[in-house]
Amino acid sequence: MIIPRVPVQHRRLLPDRRLSGPTPWIIAILMMLTLLSAAAGVGLARSANAIGDAIAGRVTVQIVTANPVTRAEQAAALRRGASAAPFVRSARAVEREELQAMLGQWFGSAEGDDPMLRSLPLPALVDVDFVGGDRAGAMQALEALVAREAPGARIIPHAEWLGPVARLIRSLAWIAAALVVLMALASAAVVIMTARAALGTHYATIEMLHLIGATDRQIARLFQRRIAIDTAYGIALGSLVAAAILLLVGWQWAGVTAGLAATASLGTAGWALLLALPLLAIALAALTARQTLLAALKKIL
Amino acid sequence: MTDAAPIRPGGAMVEFSGVGLRYGPDAEILSDISFNLQPGSFYFLTGASGAGKTSLLKMLYLAQRPSRGIVRLFGEDLVAMPRHRLPGFRRRIGVVFQDFRLIPHLSARDNIALPLRIAGVSEEDLAGPVGEMLSWIGLGERADAFPPTLSGGEQQRVAIARAVIARPQLLVADEPTGNVDPDMAMRLLGLFEALNRLGTTVVVATHDIHLISRIENAQMMRLEKGRLFDPTGALRYPPNRA
Repeated sequence: MIIPRVPVQHRRLLPDRRLSGPTPWIIAILMMLTLLSAAAGVGLARSANAIGDAIAGRVTVQIVTANPVTRAEQAAALRRGASAAPFVRSARAVEREELQAMLGQWFGSAEGDDPMLRSLPLPALVDVDFVGGDRAGAMQALEALVAREAPGARIIPHAEWLGPVARLIRSLAWIAAALVVLMALASAAVVIMTARAALGTHYATIEMLHLIGATDRQIARLFQRRIAIDTAYGIALGSLVAAAILLLVGWQWAGVTAGLAATASLGTAGWALLLALPLLAIALAALTARQTLLAALKKIL
Repeated sequence: MTDAAPIRPGGAMVEFSGVGLRYGPDAEILSDISFNLQPGSFYFLTGASGAGKTSLLKMLYLAQRPSRGIVRLFGEDLVAMPRHRLPGFRRRIGVVFQDFRLIPHLSARDNIALPLRIAGVSEEDLAGPVGEMLSWIGLGERADAFPPTLSGGEQQRVAIARAVIARPQLLVADEPTGNVDPDMAMRLLGLFEALNRLGTTVVVATHDIHLISRIENAQMMRLEKGRLFDPTGALRYPPNRA
């Protein structure tokens, strides 16, 4: 049991000074930081996974043949050939208007109808999504198809330019996970110090209880209960503050729909983890307190 | 509940053999202590301040293991006994401390009830004995008072009540009448004597020579500079009883 049952008369053996020390407040701060780190870690990990899934099997074939007619024919032939290939899930020729609209943002012409933009010799692009599984084999087959249908065209795997971003995000997620572990250790250290301080403060009572026949378990249960309740208060407070911060950030995040930011979310499993963390923290605190108390009591005859 | 075995018939309740005690690297404060305490006997332990009375009592009530020698209590070797078995033995021993050692945030009633609660006696079953004990020590009206609000004598009475409430087999008292008036001292001694008649072995450390003369058949142990003289059963005190 996380918070052990102790008869009311036995609880009075320790003076009632709940929330009088700094422990609940330190635990509250650590819990808040733990939950925020965990939320950041889950969000980043999901974002990295989303980007990874999106880029792992996608390439763009860039056809730069000088003759625009030949370039268009090569693009059309490549799209047809790729669409029919068993290793390709989908192939799509990027329309010239789409390219012009994208470039227009950089040229200061939102609609992409700038005459100069129209005159630019833009390459033809074909986006290809591979069927999952043997990506290396699919790449070799595509290279053969490109050599046949559009000699000289470049194949650009999306992983080449988005891969480092995904790796960075994944690294950040791991750092967040490490922070969660570190804060759990810090919380355990706080509980250990609290348990030892409690033993020191109440040494006379403990000695008396020992001398009239109390067992280590009876004494440890008293302190374990008190420490578990104090830390539970801190954990509840820290969780409430973290929840408020996460809801605020989530509300602002909901308005972000562009780019990488749109891929970050907690998901059901993430929320479940965040809800489980406070309970795990209470269990960790109670277990740490119990082990610390029993170890310390063993040093007393 | 106790995990200690009953004393075999004719066996000593307490056996000390060649016991020595030292704290850290210093010289022994108790040396070559050997004696037996028989069940149902009454003993006085005397000696000058610093002679080692309290240290000897600490070994008797299992707050201290000896540095050497053999200590047997209730027929079992306590020197080699694992500490998880000690609580069972401690519940058979009542202790009256010189400095009372009452728990300050517990009322007089709760202090007295403590040994019974630790032993797992239900609240219903302990209410009667605790009430009777409070009345007997004259603190029925102050049952809910906390130790800091009690006088030295009242605290002493609560400490004695706590020591005897569970009807211990061995009662160890360190200067139990040091803070009470002569009348209360005699009443407390009467309680010890009554417990002794019921079979409790009593060991009282005291300087009070008048107290010693009040108990018939009491035996005396005298500590001098860490060594025991007049071991149990060898000499009686006072020798010149009129």
